[in-house]
Amino acid sequence: MSGKPRLTYINGRGRMESIRWLLAAAGVEFEEVFLQTREQLLKLGQDGSLLFQQVPMVEIDGMKLVQTRAILNYIAGKYNLYGKDLKERALIDMYVEGMADLYDIIMNHDFKPANEKEKDLANIMDKATNRYLPVFEKVLKDHGHDFLVGNKLSKADVSLLENILWLEELKPDALAKFPLLQSFKARMSNMPNIKKFLQPGSAKKPLIQEKDIPNVMAIFH
Amino acid sequence: MSGKPRLTYINGRGRMESIRWLLAAAGVEFEEVFLQTREQLLKLGQDGSLLFHQLPLVEIDGMKLVQCRAILSYIAGKYNLYGKDLKERALIDMYVEGISDLMQLILMFPFSPPEAKEKKIATIAEKATERYFPVFEKVLKQHGQDFLVGNRFSWADVQLMEAILAVEEKVPSVLSGFPQLQAFKTKMSNMPTIKKFLQPGSPRKPPPDENYVATVMKIFKLD
Repeated sequence: MSGKPRLTYINGRGRMESIRWLLAAAGVEFEEVFLQTREQLLKLGQDGSLLFQQVPMVEIDGMKLVQTRAILNYIAGKYNLYGKDLKERALIDMYVEGMADLYDIIMNHDFKPANEKEKDLANIMDKATNRYLPVFEKVLKDHGHDFLVGNKLSKADVSLLENILWLEELKPDALAKFPLLQSFKARMSNMPNIKKFLQPGSAKKPLIQEKDIPNVMAIFH
Repeated sequence: MSGKPRLTYINGRGRMESIRWLLAAAGVEFEEVFLQTREQLLKLGQDGSLLFHQLPLVEIDGMKLVQCRAILSYIAGKYNLYGKDLKERALIDMYVEGISDLMQLILMFPFSPPEAKEKKIATIAEKATERYFPVFEKVLKQHGQDFLVGNRFSWADVQLMEAILAVEEKVPSVLSGFPQLQAFKTKMSNMPTIKKFLQPGSPRKPPPDENYVATVMKIFKLD
């Protein structure tokens, strides 16, 4: 074993992508195991590797961690991306949880039937531009710092960047009304670890292709 | 202001109940504000109290916290219910997240149509007895300690206790195959702060009824 964290999931974004983002932002190299069949998932469940029979699963520091939030919190804590005290952690958690609600609808968009996609996209953009993005635009405006919390990079910034970029893939002008988020995006994209993650050949996963959707559905039922 | 945390929600369990449980288990007294109309919710959103225009809201230590997990993590951290180090915290998080997936089924149950309710109860029973309870039965059996993590009372124990009681309300015999969880439930029930919370007159809310469902639909305009 190499000592690097090992991520087990499908070869796609889903619920593992936030974890890839956070490890990359922390400058941590990792290995990946990609499930291709339901049988492989069931086998992992049977051999005791998956506490609740589900992925994502990350092997790190001798633990087999499951549950996205537990994994993200551990990585954030370990690599100092979780603020300096309980109150900063509360702010970071609040921001990340808000974004997680947005992320869920973004993530599920690709799996909507064709005749529902347009309405779904409109809903996503409505929530993004009216509920979520204004909050972070205001946070950045109010304190004038580069990062959301405590003038230091945290998992909240990584989560925000990830969501912004995915929104822009769905609708390129998603940030049109948010000048501070535009400059946030530019700054974050230029940070060395993140810049590397955004380049071709990195562990960052592309949008799922239509042809792969049936297989993914089959793995997760 | 009294200095006590103040909880704003509707007068019912919903997404605030886990927070009531954790504060109570930590021995922390709190105040509650119950919304009764949609206008009250919108007004709170407009005056900037609700970061994402949603409840629960907990005012604590000068902060207006929203998002259940952020609130619960803060309370757990503040009152030493979050383990002694990062690895214990990871275990607690993992257990809490798993239980919360089960609790999500309970949370949504009152809103399912009458004809679907029997099937939903069967799903809750299945998930509880096949996916979640076996995990915690095994954890307790393997280390033989009273608490799930680090031989010390934590957020994970409170969340598991809440889940056990909530599932038992729907499936009374659900613990029949789980002797460790039965003993766990008894031990938890006898802890002074939890014992107090389980007595009539505490902030613990009754199971959701039609009134609760109607209030939620009216105030939150679920979409």
